[in-house]
Amino acid sequence: MHMHRLEKWWLVFGISMLAIFLLVLGTATFAMGVTPPGEHRHTVNPETVTQNEPFDKPGLRQVGDNEYEAVILAFVFGYSPDRIELPVGAKVNFVLTSTDVVHGFHIIGTNVNMMAVPGEVNHTSYTFKEPGEYLVLCNEYCGAAHEQMQMRIIVK
Amino acid sequence: MLTNGTPELQIDRKDSRLVLAHILFAFGALFLGGIAGLLQGLVRGGVVKLPAEIGYYQLLTAHGVLMALIFTTYFIIGFLISGVSKTTGGKLLPISRHLGWLGYGLMSTGTVVGTICILLNQATVLYTFYAPMKASPYFYIALALVVVGSWMSGFGMFYQFGYWKKLHKGKVTPLFAFMAVTTMLMWIVATLGVAAEVLLQLIPWSFGWVDTVNVMLSRTLFWFFGHPLVYFWLLPAYMCWYVVIPKIIGGKLFSDALARLAFILFLLFSIPVGFHHQLMEPGISPFWKFLQVILTFMVIVPSLMTAFSLFATFEQAGRALGAKGLFGWFRKMPWSDVRFFAPFAGMLTFIPAGAGGIINASNQMNAVVHNTLFITGHFHLTVATTVALTFFGVTYWLIPALTGRKLTARINKLGMIQTVVWLVGMFFMSGAMHTVGLLGSPRRTAYTTYENHPDAFLWMPYHVAMAIGGTILFIGILLLIVNIVLLFRAPRGQEEFPIAEANASAEAAPRLFERWGVLISLVVVLVLIAYMVPVLDMINNPVPGSKGFVTW
Repeated sequence: MHMHRLEKWWLVFGISMLAIFLLVLGTATFAMGVTPPGEHRHTVNPETVTQNEPFDKPGLRQVGDNEYEAVILAFVFGYSPDRIELPVGAKVNFVLTSTDVVHGFHIIGTNVNMMAVPGEVNHTSYTFKEPGEYLVLCNEYCGAAHEQMQMRIIVK
Repeated sequence: MLTNGTPELQIDRKDSRLVLAHILFAFGALFLGGIAGLLQGLVRGGVVKLPAEIGYYQLLTAHGVLMALIFTTYFIIGFLISGVSKTTGGKLLPISRHLGWLGYGLMSTGTVVGTICILLNQATVLYTFYAPMKASPYFYIALALVVVGSWMSGFGMFYQFGYWKKLHKGKVTPLFAFMAVTTMLMWIVATLGVAAEVLLQLIPWSFGWVDTVNVMLSRTLFWFFGHPLVYFWLLPAYMCWYVVIPKIIGGKLFSDALARLAFILFLLFSIPVGFHHQLMEPGISPFWKFLQVILTFMVIVPSLMTAFSLFATFEQAGRALGAKGLFGWFRKMPWSDVRFFAPFAGMLTFIPAGAGGIINASNQMNAVVHNTLFITGHFHLTVATTVALTFFGVTYWLIPALTGRKLTARINKLGMIQTVVWLVGMFFMSGAMHTVGLLGSPRRTAYTTYENHPDAFLWMPYHVAMAIGGTILFIGILLLIVNIVLLFRAPRGQEEFPIAEANASAEAAPRLFERWGVLISLVVVLVLIAYMVPVLDMINNPVPGSKGFVTW
């Protein structure tokens, strides 16, 4: 099958760029720990999740020097807790699930953006370097009052 | 209209009727979906408030279903049938035509039932219908009917293609028919995922025969279908670019064999990629996510081939018409011919649209844009501009070719205006969506200020720009409807069904390209590599089941 000389160059160039791009993404993911959220499987029963550890007491728990675990429940149409206060520079490990339908969890102005799926627990970490009142919103349609579903993270 | 058996029809009159039924249904859906889209844009922009009996998310469901599923599928099947008929002798076998009508009947029943469910507020689950939101079982049955109906039309095309091959042993198959078969084959494999989700999971659960549903499995099956769906929209546009456009500009195919290779690569790499829609989800390991990200990016290769081939066709045709210099061919293109201009505008749009797609699928980078309006902006460039403008461009010659009429200079001019209106509307709407999406504004969300949070206020001007763009686009739809009516009243005559020929010096495609058993086996192997381990894990170690919720 004949391929034009210029087309060969074009494809070699394009495919090389693609390979470099994927290499950068892969290196970031597997060597530098910049993974998408939820790296391991951790299941819970959405009907009984509020009776068991750790989701029986959603909220903030200090786990180290300016490091916290935030256990968060998403439900129609809100989050528990609906407000978290943190000192500047706090690293937070988010642990998230849903008690009903699928929800989103997007902290505006950050790269924390993950799904709350009933039956699964999602995880991600973020360090809040800037003070402010962060808006957290549900970005997966979840029902009639989806646009009201929100919480706040106050960093002082 | 088609009473006197006019000799100037480009395909058999009975086939024309089947195709026209599909095309007109498609534009009916586009019109209704457009009304829903207009209202959504105005609500989100804070311009109007809906009366209490209509929900924003109900409109959103109607918009998504009618545009993304119904308009596209009907137009594609109509267009593919017309080209298959044209390139395999101008007449479908009775069995292929009957399968086409059977498919049309099943899809239309499904569309009507589904639309009624949405209007009754029994299915306000958007066109992605994520469990455990539970719609009426009849909504899921309606979707199944649409899918099964499309299979019938696909089988009809396969039969026609096989029959042609039997009669023309050893000959190269017509390129359009080959591409149509590849597209429908990809579609059938892809829809197996959503068919399994709907038939095995959602319908029994929605009827109450089982109590719970495996949410992770349902999402995975949905996206097994959901991403190839976008290639099902795109490939028919590529067919127009590869096969139709060269003829319109007075050129030949750049390379028949490479065009086939591009379609085969799409067949292979369209399907094992659904996890890139689930990157932000728990329950799937980073390894499998990244593997599918790599497979997702493989489709860039045939797209690069397509870009090269198209511009090479333009240059060759331009030079054959006497163009001089490096870019002289550019001026030889028929810029004032809507049959060229509308698809060309679509092609150009695909450059930023494709770049946006690469961002979306980039593993951890997806976190920046996931479920924001950036995504909505992205697919309004891909499907609603690239694909839609190409389909509009096709419509301007296809309807006259099927009805024995002429695309008059006046309708051509109106078509040019309609294309420009579309581009302007989309520039405002999609541009605003991309920008405000990067600022965090979520997709699929009604008007809200998030209790007056300052970030949400910053988004407001962009939402207004979206409403303005959406209004311009709705005017574009109205113009299109007017133009279609005018096409049906145009003077009788002969309109060309443009199908480009291969260069005289072109070599035949390798035999492997028609070894369907080998190609399907490769598809299966890739799907197994990408999906077998994670899906078996979801089935063998299932998440605790979810009961259904009606939250709207």
